[in-house]
Amino acid sequence: MSNALTPQPVLLGKSGLVFLAVVLGAAVLVPALNLLTSPDSALHVPTYVVSLLGKYLTYALLALSVDLIWGYVGILSLGHGAFFALGGYAMGMYLMRQIGPRGVYGDPVLPDFMVFLNWKELPWFWHGFDMFPFAALMVLLAPGILALVFGWFAFRSRVTGVYLSIITQAMTFALLLAFFRNDMGFGGNNGLTDFKDILGFNIQADGTRLVLFVLSALALALGYVLCRFLVRSHFGKVLIAIRDAETRVRFTGYRAENYKVVAFVVSAMLAGIAGALYVPQVGIINPGEFSPANSIEIIVWVAVGGRGTLVGAALGAVLVNYAKTYFTSGLLAPYWLFMLGGLFVAVTLFLPKGIVGTFYDWRRARAPAPEDLAPDDLAPPDKLPEPKPAE
Amino acid sequence: MSATDTLEPDVPVEAIAKKDLTEALLYLDGVTVTFDGFRALNSLSFTVDPGEMRAVIGPNGAGKTTMMDVITGKTRPDKGDVFFAGGTTDLTKLDETQIATLGIGRKFQKPTVFEMHTVIDNLRLALKGQRGALANIFRRETAAEREKIDEIFETIKLSGHRDRLGGALSHGQKQWLEIGMLLAQDPKLLLVDEPVAGMTDAETAQTAELLREINANGHSVVVVEHDMTFVRDLGVRVMCLHEGSVLAEGTLDQVSANERVIEVYLGR
Repeated sequence: MSNALTPQPVLLGKSGLVFLAVVLGAAVLVPALNLLTSPDSALHVPTYVVSLLGKYLTYALLALSVDLIWGYVGILSLGHGAFFALGGYAMGMYLMRQIGPRGVYGDPVLPDFMVFLNWKELPWFWHGFDMFPFAALMVLLAPGILALVFGWFAFRSRVTGVYLSIITQAMTFALLLAFFRNDMGFGGNNGLTDFKDILGFNIQADGTRLVLFVLSALALALGYVLCRFLVRSHFGKVLIAIRDAETRVRFTGYRAENYKVVAFVVSAMLAGIAGALYVPQVGIINPGEFSPANSIEIIVWVAVGGRGTLVGAALGAVLVNYAKTYFTSGLLAPYWLFMLGGLFVAVTLFLPKGIVGTFYDWRRARAPAPEDLAPDDLAPPDKLPEPKPAE
Repeated sequence: MSATDTLEPDVPVEAIAKKDLTEALLYLDGVTVTFDGFRALNSLSFTVDPGEMRAVIGPNGAGKTTMMDVITGKTRPDKGDVFFAGGTTDLTKLDETQIATLGIGRKFQKPTVFEMHTVIDNLRLALKGQRGALANIFRRETAAEREKIDEIFETIKLSGHRDRLGGALSHGQKQWLEIGMLLAQDPKLLLVDEPVAGMTDAETAQTAELLREINANGHSVVVVEHDMTFVRDLGVRVMCLHEGSVLAEGTLDQVSANERVIEVYLGR
């Protein structure tokens, strides 16, 4: 009967289309401005800026992965940097194997740090990483399997709220300590670096950097479409329902823990892809990426941009990191962490829905429709989650 | 995950009861629940027949909510049997999700709808059907499902509010939406905890009408309620709980004439 009047769900809202246009536009425009303008031109984008922008895009993808679980399922992961770092390490291992005999010690198989440690053969878990498809698979599987095992135990035991946040933080801290150890076989303190080639192309070459930038933009665009598809599906509606009333969801017959595990694994894999694109652009991966502070920083990006909006998460990541680049290179450098902390406090107090969430509210208030009509983009409740005691 | 991805799971093996004990839809026998030495339920026994509607009254702390917790798997009894569907299923062996899928729906005391979903999405989520996480990623609404939802909108009289957010409804409308969500689950048994708390008189009367209609359509209903006018409107068998067991049972007039019931309600 009145079904014809019910608006059909659209995969991409207005903001989604704008977002994709900006990301894909950048993927064309930035390389064009790099290649087609002379270095003296005001429009010229130097290669180091291309790589810097590429790094921001990988952070945006990472923020998107956090928003999927924090904004839509209410899982506040303070250890998502771990999945990013694992994806990065998988890529780093591939890049190390590509060095071949060109290392300082000239060993045809062993990376420099292994020769330095007097190791005679490659540890078993380094096998296969000379092949790109295997490494690419590991970029997905290493974070995915960790998220599956961790999520399975945590969500089945109904660990929620601050308790879950604390154990995610413990997880990344444990990995930080483990990867610091030389015996682990991941380069210890120094991590993996001195990369030469990727798929046969010189990793330092301008062309390679442009391609990596374009790939980062494409990954962000596809990641966005995937997340948007997921949150608008029946599956995604259950996720939002879990965020707002988990008990009700259980009594409605859904296994909330299974939904959380699936979302957590997808999110971890997206973070892994972000890490894998990050490493060749910055040229190093070390245990510092596992540091709990990094993971907390991701939360700040998402909160600034607007939790539960996807677009906001990506925007927040780019804005905060641009500010970081800007402020850590001048007189204000020693105060950056204070500014970051202050930003988080200010956003929580004055802009609880973040930039994009506040914009949606403003747009809805101006629209002629009654304000309680469902928004095109579901915004989460207008507050950050209260610490809830575990049931 | 695969085990729960089936559409209508059969009774899980561990919950298959040894023999048919009873004809009753719901059968509780000698159920005892203790919290830190406090006996919330004290050897509670009663049955609910298929198609029956039953009202449960009792002072605060009588064990009404604990009773619902035990039936829906939220609380495990220390002692006693809880069987469903003619004694074929042992509910004490199952968790909330399994029990919900078997056909027991529960409305909470405080109305719990999905506030950030539209009214229609609330019903879509509750609608009986696929519950598996992976299968629901690609799920599309069928014509039969759309029809069923229209039918429920007629019953709960919220057709004009389809696209409003659940959180934007009034208190009474939320209560009806939650009852509608129960209907969408198409349970054999509905447990309804204080459905008219905070409602106006007109809303209370409409809710009684709604529950009678639901019952007439073949659903068994157990209603916990304090509001005696409402219980009288329902016109069904009443059971009074006190200190975790059944104090009296019968029509409302019989129960309210019972001396022990008067004593419990008015104090001794």
